[in-house]
Amino acid sequence: MAKITAGVATSHVPAIGAAVDLGKTGEDYWKPLFKGYEFSKKWIAEEKPDVVVLVYNDHATAFDMNIIPTFALGCGEEFGIADEGWGRRPVPNVMGHPDLAWHIAHSVIDDEFDITIVNKMEVDHGLSVPMTLMFGQPDAWPCKVIPLAVNVITFPPPSGKRCFALGQAIRRAVDSYEEDLNVQIWGTGGMSHQLQGPRAGLINSEFDQDFLDRFLNDPVELAKTPHIDYLEQAGAEGVELVMWHVMRGALNEKVTELHRHYHVPASNTAVGHVIYKNS
Amino acid sequence: MKKKPYADIPGTTVFDSTQARKGYHLNQFFMSLMKPENRERFLAGEKAYLDEWSLSEEMKQAVMKRDYNEIIKLGGNVYFFGKLFFTDKKSFEQGAGSMTGMKPEEYRAMMISGGRKPTHPSTLKGKN
Repeated sequence: MAKITAGVATSHVPAIGAAVDLGKTGEDYWKPLFKGYEFSKKWIAEEKPDVVVLVYNDHATAFDMNIIPTFALGCGEEFGIADEGWGRRPVPNVMGHPDLAWHIAHSVIDDEFDITIVNKMEVDHGLSVPMTLMFGQPDAWPCKVIPLAVNVITFPPPSGKRCFALGQAIRRAVDSYEEDLNVQIWGTGGMSHQLQGPRAGLINSEFDQDFLDRFLNDPVELAKTPHIDYLEQAGAEGVELVMWHVMRGALNEKVTELHRHYHVPASNTAVGHVIYKNS
Repeated sequence: MKKKPYADIPGTTVFDSTQARKGYHLNQFFMSLMKPENRERFLAGEKAYLDEWSLSEEMKQAVMKRDYNEIIKLGGNVYFFGKLFFTDKKSFEQGAGSMTGMKPEEYRAMMISGGRKPTHPSTLKGKN
């Protein structure tokens, strides 16, 4: 049977991808950030997941203002890398796992999550930066990826509670898939940041640290955090943290924290990263 | 209609249904800048390119002035007008910083020293 063995959460700032692509990771500005992913790269090389269900948000790339799905699951064979305005990132295309993806879609819709099914879309830094952080710069990604795009741009995003429950439904879906597969779930985005208006640059380390503690130990209550708390305390774009709850919902309530990293800043953003193993 | 709970967060415009409806054409224009040929054509003649879109005169002026706070007011969303940062070969840090009234080097220094503090008067409502 397929099994979700671990979860990875990480921020997905575009400048991180650019730093890797342009060979700047050794610069003083970037060194401490990338140091926090050294453990992660070694760990995942040993874990060798077959499939990653990667929760991210599309940043006005595949979805413009014409179509705004709250949850969209990538069920295609392959996903291209988008040109977000500065040219395509020099990273390989992402290979999907249509069979498991369609199974998840069927299962979660039966479970009353009426998600959107996507066969063709390009993916942006929201997905490709976490891949780079975890796998470096291979010629081909070492695992299949099922993208799950969550709308966090047009307000309101789904509630944290709903995201957590979707994670639980994804867990049930994966658990009922017959092939033996090592599946991971990744939640991306956040942590505190604001990219717009006179308040741009907001970082709230206290909020972030508290979130990281409760994400481990008190996930059900944490997922109930209302959007207004993120907007006020973690910045307008800090609400991306709802995507982490999808990951957390797909894991056991009790997990082992294998790794934690927190660094300010990457561009405008507080970077948080954890690895949890189902225990 | 009930007052929005997020209406009085200082320096923050939440991209909700009101803003999304107002800025529909504006954001679709920004979206067009994902294609290299459109970026070139826009930079070669901004006014002519903007005239191809259903935009108000104030929207066109705000775009040409790169007045991002005005663009937000008119319904623009940062992930859409971020395409214009990139078209101008500017980073997201430079783009975001430009909305704060700070000089680019001041903004960068603030970020490196931990960002805009939540206790700063410009951040949490009721604390200024």
